[in-house]
Amino acid sequence: MRDLLQQTPSLGNALWFFLAAVVLLVILLGFVTYAIYFERKVIGWMQARIGPNRVGPLGLLQTVADVAKLLIKEDTRPKHADKALYALAPILAYAPAFAVLAVLPFTETLQFADLGIGILYYIALSGITVLGVITAGWASNNKYSLIGGLRSAAQMISYEVPLVMSVVGVVLMTGSMNLREIVLAQQDMWNFIPQFLGFAVFLVAAQAELNRTPFDLPEAESELVGGYHVEYSGFRFAMFMLAEYVYMFGMGAMVTILFFGGWLPIHPALSFIPGIVWFAVKLLLYVFLQFWLRATMPRPRVDQLMSFAWKVLLPVALLNILITAVVISYQSGMI
Amino acid sequence: MNQGILTTNSTISSDTGIRTEEMLLNIGPQHPSTHGVFRLVVKIDGETIKEAIPVMGYLHRGTEKLAENLTYTQIIPYTDRMDYLAAMTNNYVICHAVETMMGLEIPERAQYLRLIAMELNRVASHMVWWGTYLLDLGAMSPFLYAFRDRETILDLFNELCGARMTFNYMRIGGVKWDAPPGWIDKVREFVAYMKKELNNYHALVTGNEIFINRLKGIGKFDQKTALDYSLSGVMLRSTGIKWDLRKDEPYCIYDRFDFDVPVSTDGDCMSRYHLRLAEIEQSLRILEQALDQFPSEGEVMGKVPRVIRPPAGETYVRIESPRGEIGCYIASQGKDKPWRLKFRRPSFTNLQILPKLLEGENISDMVAILGSIDIVLGEVDC
Repeated sequence: MRDLLQQTPSLGNALWFFLAAVVLLVILLGFVTYAIYFERKVIGWMQARIGPNRVGPLGLLQTVADVAKLLIKEDTRPKHADKALYALAPILAYAPAFAVLAVLPFTETLQFADLGIGILYYIALSGITVLGVITAGWASNNKYSLIGGLRSAAQMISYEVPLVMSVVGVVLMTGSMNLREIVLAQQDMWNFIPQFLGFAVFLVAAQAELNRTPFDLPEAESELVGGYHVEYSGFRFAMFMLAEYVYMFGMGAMVTILFFGGWLPIHPALSFIPGIVWFAVKLLLYVFLQFWLRATMPRPRVDQLMSFAWKVLLPVALLNILITAVVISYQSGMI
Repeated sequence: MNQGILTTNSTISSDTGIRTEEMLLNIGPQHPSTHGVFRLVVKIDGETIKEAIPVMGYLHRGTEKLAENLTYTQIIPYTDRMDYLAAMTNNYVICHAVETMMGLEIPERAQYLRLIAMELNRVASHMVWWGTYLLDLGAMSPFLYAFRDRETILDLFNELCGARMTFNYMRIGGVKWDAPPGWIDKVREFVAYMKKELNNYHALVTGNEIFINRLKGIGKFDQKTALDYSLSGVMLRSTGIKWDLRKDEPYCIYDRFDFDVPVSTDGDCMSRYHLRLAEIEQSLRILEQALDQFPSEGEVMGKVPRVIRPPAGETYVRIESPRGEIGCYIASQGKDKPWRLKFRRPSFTNLQILPKLLEGENISDMVAILGSIDIVLGEVDC
């Protein structure tokens, strides 16, 4: 993969890139399909019920059937919706979700773009999704959608700040924004131990960025009946769902890379297990955490959510940067 | 409906020059958190509620008017459909009213069966409340745990009277069916199980920081307001007024049991949450004692004339339903049908305070406040 990246562009390796992207997309769709299946299954078990078990053996084809249903469903649009924006919103939400995956190093060699500013790329692109959400809320011409859209705008912008700040500590320790180098710098100790403050802030802020429980206010179904995507049906709705789960994949990968040593084994003695397995296990544990939280947590109120971001998470993240900076300066003899 | 709410104001901020406008939002009649066909028209400024007007009647069936053309026994199934989460108490209030008018003697065994049914129903009703309330606040699992345990109660009722929700169990002068063999032991088993399970409920929810922040100090009112709005049940007791008809005006055989009336002085949603769970505990206490005292044999129907004709006159009885004071007024002219029948429905009366509580609150608090009143739309609209 890395050799491929170094080559001069030609028609031949462009085809390879295209094929690799398609393979990644297929893997991703497979992940989303079974993330949804296991989400329903795991939460079902946690809630003393069985979960989907009708379509296919053990219900394994349930999500396939659901997606098929969404695809053949009538594409409805409210009469007074803003046509162009209404059509644009799902694409705006989905495209960056897939684009961010380019910089993720799944193993030392398996990576699509080895950018020097990998972290910035991820954060900048994922910030675009909120535009899709606001656009959807506005274009639907529905009051519930509008409130949902504005809520998520406020929420995602507020939580992006502590999210970025919490990563600064990791960047300071590594001295690089390249995601591959960040992983390689964790050979001796995974970052979540020295960066436990940053890790905690990241975990909470990521939850809000993903719009997942307990911070699922934008789509709070008991208040807003579904929030910004209440008017969307069929495939357009599927795009929003897809974006949400792809982000879960992306955020899981980020947590793995930034704090849990990416593809590195838990102990050097276990390095006979391929790196991609380690990566997958860590990522899936994060995804499982999402299910667990969803089955457990109630939802805070909007204003509590905001004040939590600005009054708790941000100061903690700043404190983390300060401590990290002081310790690093001390170690390198600058103080 | 008050037309005043339909005008929305727009204001121009003096600092920024940005024009903002108030918005009318229809919450319901089909909305997941109104627990039925209840509609709330709210005027919001951002996410702050300026004014709220409840609109109801979507489930109005005219029970009271229909009752005028029904014999007293025929009215009983109609009461099942009022507060469908606690149909046993509704059954009881109409039977109790007629029995009071006619001065009927109820056999001991029937009294106990009625009491056990009513208390089990209170537990089931509070469990539905607990589950759906947490669902409103965004937590999914408690709902399913509550419904799993409520299922046991419904199965018990199914064995007792063949129905899971609209029981039609009580009759004037007693109850329709005796408990099947082994039923009392099953109830005893459930009570023991539920006492333990209640700790799980607390462990799962009560200490949760997010949950506490959502409820503490929300939907607060004081004693005077509670009395002015003639609130009853948990809504009243949450302000510190110790008033429970089971204790203060004992009906059925409640005077034989030892139980407490939980009260709180906070008057907010959190205190109402705690009170309802505490009431489940007390109901289980009553059930334990009732099961121990349960007479091993006896009639379940008293001596009742074949055609029920209460003497001419009026009567009003009231009992404590899970939602508050449910009352039944009967004006009889000595016929086999009531001349006028009126139910005082606690859901309806308690709902009156909603617009006052919602003023100035956030939309998210709307579900917390509405949920804490604990309404059943079948009873509100009657």
